[in-house]
Amino acid sequence: MTRPRLADGARLQYDDVREEHLLLVPEGAVRLNATAAQVLELCDGRRTLDEIAASLSERYSGADVGDDVRELLGGMVEHGLVVDAAA
Amino acid sequence: MPPPRPYTLVAELSYRCPLHCPYCSNPAAITGERYRDELQTEHWTRVFAEARALGVLQLALTGGEPMVRRDLDELVAAARAAGLYSTLVTAGVHLTRERAAALKAAGLDHVQVSVQSPDPAENDLIAGTRSFDKKLAAARAARELGFPLTINCVLHRRNLDRIEEILALAEELDAQRLELANTQYYGWAVLNQDALMPTRAQLERGEAAVQRFRARVGPRINVLWVLPDLFEDLPKPCTGGWGRTTIVVAPNGEALPCHAASTIPGLEFPNVRDSPLDWIWHEADAFQRFRGTDWMQEPCRSCPLGRQEEDWGGCRCQALRLTGDAAATDPVCRFSPDHGTVLAAREAAPNRDFVYRTTRRPSRRRRPAGV
Repeated sequence: MTRPRLADGARLQYDDVREEHLLLVPEGAVRLNATAAQVLELCDGRRTLDEIAASLSERYSGADVGDDVRELLGGMVEHGLVVDAAA
Repeated sequence: MPPPRPYTLVAELSYRCPLHCPYCSNPAAITGERYRDELQTEHWTRVFAEARALGVLQLALTGGEPMVRRDLDELVAAARAAGLYSTLVTAGVHLTRERAAALKAAGLDHVQVSVQSPDPAENDLIAGTRSFDKKLAAARAARELGFPLTINCVLHRRNLDRIEEILALAEELDAQRLELANTQYYGWAVLNQDALMPTRAQLERGEAAVQRFRARVGPRINVLWVLPDLFEDLPKPCTGGWGRTTIVVAPNGEALPCHAASTIPGLEFPNVRDSPLDWIWHEADAFQRFRGTDWMQEPCRSCPLGRQEEDWGGCRCQALRLTGDAAATDPVCRFSPDHGTVLAAREAAPNRDFVYRTTRRPSRRRRPAGV
């Protein structure tokens, strides 16, 4: 996984009725916590995984979030929700 | 307790359709006047916004054939503006690359194309019109434009033995999802039950093929396999439970808890022309009648498996059709005193010709052209 992007047709949305972040996909919706939503917003197929982790780290006062980002995206890839734009 | 928030709006834009599939789940009454006065663009636009405010996330633009609506691009744009995730459920015959590109630009999220059989001649026979090549072209155009693609194939005795070919076709078309929904016996399928009912052996071979495919392909293609209710021993929740997840709006504006509910006598369906969706969901009798568990009779009331809030009593239309009482336990359930009607239905009569679906009046019905 080098340059992650959302799978075709997956769309991030904040549901202001249920007040939660969602990843909308064909016939379904994945509930996201705020951090996961921030990570996925950065998955544009241009940024590398390290750049995404660095950008998030900045928002969290320099905390090391690399492993968390890798774990989150790993799970998303397994479920076909995120793909590698470089592949 | 307030009802849960709905999740899905099924917008049946028109019952007009270029196909004539004998298992169509539309009401048999589409030959009459009831559904001819279709909602206008501004009705649907308002309904989409009201649905989102209620909590709806998924919108199915369906029919009939939704692409017969001349305002489809406008409706798609309205759905996107409302914040709904939209799926076009289409036969594919009108989905040229140019139309698909316009729908993409309007904000359509997902395309679902039906295929009646992976064999071209059989597809055209079941659909009642020449359509196979256009369907494949539509599916390819959708993928080229970056749409996620679902292929939908309704299964029955005539096409179940081709399941390996259906799976291969979905893979070749680069579909993300394949819906293998066995025919359920509502609408036109009731008229064709003897010609469509599969055998237990066909279903077992089909399921085994699906399992082999899943093991080989993994999560790249999500294959849904749905057994016909009549081959189950415990009921499924009707559309996630009556009035729990889904609102269906028919072409004439009638709002229903499920697409077959119009067959239930004594239910009056509110119309979105007259009532806001919020009132329909929370107050209308048709949505409350079988919601929750208070309406249940025995054996549901004292269910030995405690499944009341799992299957919500099963399918009301099936209970009506097989027992004459829409409030009875779904006879699919092995605890139903009427379960024998389900066992009997599995014994399919010899094959017969199809009664093709049509919106024409019976006096003008004839075998469709092009077969």
